Amino acid sequence: MYEQIRRNRRASWLLMIFVVAILTAMGYVIGRAWTGSSGGGLGFLGLFGVVAIVWSLVGYYAGDRMVLAVSGAKQITHAEQPQLWNVVEEMTIAAGLAQPPAVYVIDDPAPNAFATGRDPAHSSIAVTRGLLEKLNRDELQGVVAHEMSHVRNYDIRFATLIGILVGLVALIADVFLRSRWFGFGGRRNDGGGGAGVIVMVLAIAFAILAPFAARIVQFAISRRRELLADGTAVELTRNPLGLAGALQKIAADPNKLRAGNRATAHLYIANPLRKVKDAAGLFDTHPPIQERIDLLLAMAHDEAPPAQAEPLATA
Amino acid sequence: MVAVIVIIGILVLLGIIFAVLYNRLVGRRNQVDNAWSQIDVQLKRRYDLIPNLVEAVKDYMQYEQETLSKVTEARSAAMQAGAAGPQAQAKAESALTDTLKSLFAVVENYPDLKANQNVLSLQEELTATENKIAFARQFYNDSVLTYNNATQMFPTNIIAGMFNFATRQFFDTPESETVVPKVDLR
Repeated sequence: MYEQIRRNRRASWLLMIFVVAILTAMGYVIGRAWTGSSGGGLGFLGLFGVVAIVWSLVGYYAGDRMVLAVSGAKQITHAEQPQLWNVVEEMTIAAGLAQPPAVYVIDDPAPNAFATGRDPAHSSIAVTRGLLEKLNRDELQGVVAHEMSHVRNYDIRFATLIGILVGLVALIADVFLRSRWFGFGGRRNDGGGGAGVIVMVLAIAFAILAPFAARIVQFAISRRRELLADGTAVELTRNPLGLAGALQKIAADPNKLRAGNRATAHLYIANPLRKVKDAAGLFDTHPPIQERIDLLLAMAHDEAPPAQAEPLATA
Repeated sequence: MVAVIVIIGILVLLGIIFAVLYNRLVGRRNQVDNAWSQIDVQLKRRYDLIPNLVEAVKDYMQYEQETLSKVTEARSAAMQAGAAGPQAQAKAESALTDTLKSLFAVVENYPDLKANQNVLSLQEELTATENKIAFARQFYNDSVLTYNNATQMFPTNIIAGMFNFATRQFFDTPESETVVPKVDLR
C-alpha cells in the first residue's frame, strides 16, 4: 500500500517536471527564433505565463461550482441520506480533516462518483443514485475514501497546474505557428546565418510536437494520480476489498452516465466515457479498471493478518 | 571579509532549518494530542445514542430485559471508567461494544423490530459511531507514527533530544476486542 502511494506520487511529480522542461525549452527556442535574441525568449515566457495564470485562476476558484452544476448534483443533508453522510464523516475522521466536504447526489442510474475542490476546506463529493443503490456499506466507504483522497492529495490543484502548463504549451505553439504562417514577427537576425535556420527548424518542430507530447504526459499524470488515490483510499479504510468490490460492480454495470462529458471525465472514479478495456491507451484519463482491481486484491493478500490462523473457539 | 559573510550566511541557514524542524515537531505533537481528544468525542457520542436505542427497543423486547440492562450497566461503567485512566477506559469501552453486539444479535429475532424505522436508523447511527471510534483511533495511531518517526529520525532527532520531545504510545486494542465474541442467540 505505502509502496503504491510513494511510487505514484514520485511518478506524477517527475512527469510534471517533464512538462515544465518541455515548456521552458519550447518557450525559449520559439521566443529566440521569433525575436532573434534570448532576452526575447524569456520575455515571451513571462507574457504567456501571466495570461495563462489569470485564465486558470477563474477555473481554480469557481471550477468546483461549475462542475457540480454541469453534472446536475443536488446537495443532501444528514436526514436525507444518513448512511452516505455517516460514511463521509467516518472518512473525514480517518483523514484527520477539520470538516467534512459538502455531499451531493446525482440522479443517475449509472454508478459513479467524483470529488472537486481546491483544498480540503473547500471540497465537495458527489455520488450517483445508482452508486448508492448498488453498493454495500464497505464498498461505498471505499469509493468515498477514494474521492476524499483526491481532495487530500490536492489532485484538483495538481490537475489545474498541469492544465495551465499544457495550455501554455499549446498557446505558445499556436501563436508561433500562426505568426510564421502569416509572416508576422520573425525578424531575422542576419548575423545568425546557419545557426538561425537550425533554431527556426527546432522551433517549428517544437511548436508542432510539444502540445501533442504535453497532452500525452497530462493523461499519464492523470492515470498516476488515480492509482495514488486508490492507494491512499486504502490508507484511510485499511480495507482494500471494499474499494475492489466497488470497482468490480462499477465495471460490470451497463448503464452509461448521462452527465459524463470530456471536460469532467477525469474527475470521476471510473471513466464515464470509455468501455472497459484491457490496456491503458495513451489518451485514457484512468488506468484500466481490471488493473486497479488486481492491485487492490494484491494489497489484501499481502495484508492477510496472521491472527486468522488461530482457532476461533475460545475458552 | 567574504569568509565572514559566508559564515554568517551558513549560520542563518542553519537557524532557519532549526526553526522549521522544531515547528514541525511541535505541530506533529499537537496533532497527536488533538487526535486523542477526538477519540473521546466519538466515545461520548456513543454514550448519548445508547439510551435512545434502549428506549426504542424496550417495549418490543419484554423478554430481553437482561440484555437491555447489561447494555445500560456497561454504558455507566464505561462513562465512569474515564476517570481511571486510558487503559481502564479502553477495557470498559470494549465491554460496552460486546453488550451492543449481543443486543443487535437479539434484535434479529424480532421481525417487527427489524423493520422498525426508528430502530433501523439507530442501528445505522450506532454502526457509524463504532466506525468513527475505530477511525479516530486509527488516525491517532497514524499521528503517533508520524510524530515518533520525527523524534527518532535524523536530523529532527537532534532537536527532539534538545527539547525533550518524548515518543508517544500507540493505542493498543484491549484483549477482549481481538477475540471473536461468542453471540448467544437464546
